[in-house]
Amino acid sequence: MFVIAILLIASICVAACFLIGYLWASRSGQYDDMHTPAIRMLFDDRRASGK
Amino acid sequence: MSIDQLSSSISSKIADIRSTVATGGPLPVGRTETVSYDNEIVRKFAIAAAGWGIIGFLVGIIIAVKLYLPDFLAGIDFLSYGRLRPLHTNAVIFAFAGNAIFFGVYYSLQRLCKARMYSDLLSNIHFWGWQLIIVSAALTLPLGFTTSKEYAELEWPIDIAITLVWVTFGWNMIGTIARRKDKHMYVAIWFYLATFLTVALLHVVNSLELPVSFLKSYSAYAGVQDALVQWWYGHNAVAFFLTTPFLGIMYYFVPKAADRPVYSYRLSIIHFWALVFMYIWAGPHHLLYTALPDWAQSLGVVFSFMLIAPSWGGMINGLLTLRGAWDKVKSDPVLKFFVVGVTAYGMSTFEGPMMSLKNVNAIAHYTDYIIAHVHLGALLWNGGLTFAMLYYIFPRIYRQKDGSPTKLHSIKLANWHFWLMTLGVLFYVVPMYIGGITQSLMWKQFMPDGSLQYPNFLETVTQIIPMYVLRSVGGTMYLVGALVGVYNLYKTAKSGSLLRNESVEVVNHRLAEAQGQPEKKESWHRFLEARPLRFAIYTFVAVLIGGVVEYVPTTLIKSNIPTIASVTPYTPLEIEGRDLYIREGCNTCHSQMIRPFRDETERYGEYSKAGEFVYDHPFLWGSKRTGPDLHRVGAKYPDAWHWKHMLEPRSTSPGSIMPAYPWLYDSKLDTTHTEGKIITLRNLGVPYADGFERVAVQDMKTQANKIAESLKGTGVKDVQPNMEIVAMIAYLQRLGTDIKKAAPQAKSETAHK
Repeated sequence: MFVIAILLIASICVAACFLIGYLWASRSGQYDDMHTPAIRMLFDDRRASGK
Repeated sequence: MSIDQLSSSISSKIADIRSTVATGGPLPVGRTETVSYDNEIVRKFAIAAAGWGIIGFLVGIIIAVKLYLPDFLAGIDFLSYGRLRPLHTNAVIFAFAGNAIFFGVYYSLQRLCKARMYSDLLSNIHFWGWQLIIVSAALTLPLGFTTSKEYAELEWPIDIAITLVWVTFGWNMIGTIARRKDKHMYVAIWFYLATFLTVALLHVVNSLELPVSFLKSYSAYAGVQDALVQWWYGHNAVAFFLTTPFLGIMYYFVPKAADRPVYSYRLSIIHFWALVFMYIWAGPHHLLYTALPDWAQSLGVVFSFMLIAPSWGGMINGLLTLRGAWDKVKSDPVLKFFVVGVTAYGMSTFEGPMMSLKNVNAIAHYTDYIIAHVHLGALLWNGGLTFAMLYYIFPRIYRQKDGSPTKLHSIKLANWHFWLMTLGVLFYVVPMYIGGITQSLMWKQFMPDGSLQYPNFLETVTQIIPMYVLRSVGGTMYLVGALVGVYNLYKTAKSGSLLRNESVEVVNHRLAEAQGQPEKKESWHRFLEARPLRFAIYTFVAVLIGGVVEYVPTTLIKSNIPTIASVTPYTPLEIEGRDLYIREGCNTCHSQMIRPFRDETERYGEYSKAGEFVYDHPFLWGSKRTGPDLHRVGAKYPDAWHWKHMLEPRSTSPGSIMPAYPWLYDSKLDTTHTEGKIITLRNLGVPYADGFERVAVQDMKTQANKIAESLKGTGVKDVQPNMEIVAMIAYLQRLGTDIKKAAPQAKSETAHK
């Protein structure tokens, strides 16, 4: 039954990684702008001239 | 919001971007770069998805038909149900959905990052590597080379290949993200990252196995442990292979197809983090009322139930994105597929948590209800989104002579596909709901005097055969719809030519931003020191990793599980028989886990205890009872019954849908690896005496001779001791009998009966 220990640790590791990821993202400004991302992705890129 | 309001709010928001991005000066307006998106790789993966999809659906129909016509394609070992079922699951999950994920990610990631894929070489290694893996699965699975662990059946060399190809994918993806032109990552990218990271972890941990030969290995885990790891993996394969990448796909393609922003960006943040945190814990809901410890089961139930919230967050976001644009759904087949797909996602993620409640699970587990649940999600969510993407992408990567996108060849055919898909799923899922519940309730029905109303399992099977027929009708409709779709896409492609490299002009916001901030970079540790919380977390993680490294050896090498004294390792002949059971895929129809319910103990015998499975590498609890549970089949029927039953099931059980296994009587048991198997199992902690492997083959022969003699004694004329069926009988007759035996003497460690 010791594998529960491994799985708990692995799962907590994964959760901790996600927590760290969230904190890093938040601190580096990922969530500062809540309005434009949803709209910005709607614009198609302009075709390059001469190709 | 009206169009005018939308466009003026967009203008003001663009002004906001300009002011928030550059701090050191005005944005260099007009500074653009040319980027060229790789559409060739998108097309490769798209065609692969479509092609393997057709094959995977076809294999599904074949096995569906076999369930009510057991003599269909019978007598051919590589086409038997048990061998084909894992081929079907692997094909539709990894070949169909897998390639679909890749074409969706490769198309959307480039455009979201405004950067070409990091490396064309990695793109191609990824593509060809993945297809080679699929081909190796198609070759090995029907030939019986399988680990028996669901969605992880592929043997160890292929597992290594999967790891390498997956790393290639991640490398390519992360490299592309590093080159993105906007610092901000759109929500779809978060889902793609979570997918890559978590699938890597799941695959590596669950695939820990010791090889015996080139295509045979034993799981590093045993019994209860193996079950827990397997379903931690299995459920998270659903979570991080069939859900998160498709949510990312939803977040890109639905807004693009509807030309509408995502309903709530805030909601996408909340449900993303909640989802990726919670999903990992849901695995034990596959093991409710089994020998898994109660507290682990409860943990799985609670997290599975909570999972409704983040899952529905995704569904709400996807559907409400279409607010104000529902009229487009009427005319655009792409949006039709998306709407049904996302709705089905909501249905499945409501149904799943319900099924995780122990009282519901007590009825649904092992029945076709589970199959219904799987296919509702897989066919409409994964399938629907894949078809939507294909219809969206093809006209855009295939261009007319003037460079404009081609038009979808026929809207009418796309609508036909849509209805064939949707109605097909209805015909699939509803009969399976009915069949599953009917069968379960029949299993549980008691007479007033306390005996089972349907003591013969076969009665409950015969009752639901019409449902199996209807299900195959539904599946066929689904396949026909897919073929219609493939034709439509083919004609669309033919009406134009592939735009291999799509050149666009983009503004490099990150470059501009970097130029506006000429600050000196401090050392990373200095940086961390000023941030105690972050520092603490990193340390915690480092410590946990150490803990994992320490625990793994102790669990693998010595077992401290409270064992049942009378449970001893399998004999060499029984091990060979067990490996035949695995080869033939018997666990795909038969469970080996009797739950502590009165109807199960009446029907099968004493309920299954954790300690009985300590030497089971891998575990064989199964997840479906197309046939009865076998955990206590040992000594229940005479050897001759098994001989007759496996040769022709309908000779002992009229009306049985079990396939016949004549090749077990033609083939001689292969004993070349028996010694190696004993050594490997001992390395995994099974207490075979040192040197036992040297007498293993002789021990096998002695036991086989006994069985052959007993068979001859009851009138079976043409039995030879070295037939595979003899090994199979030895294994089956051992199952579940240990708890009735007296504990062996303290000194004895040999694996003799």
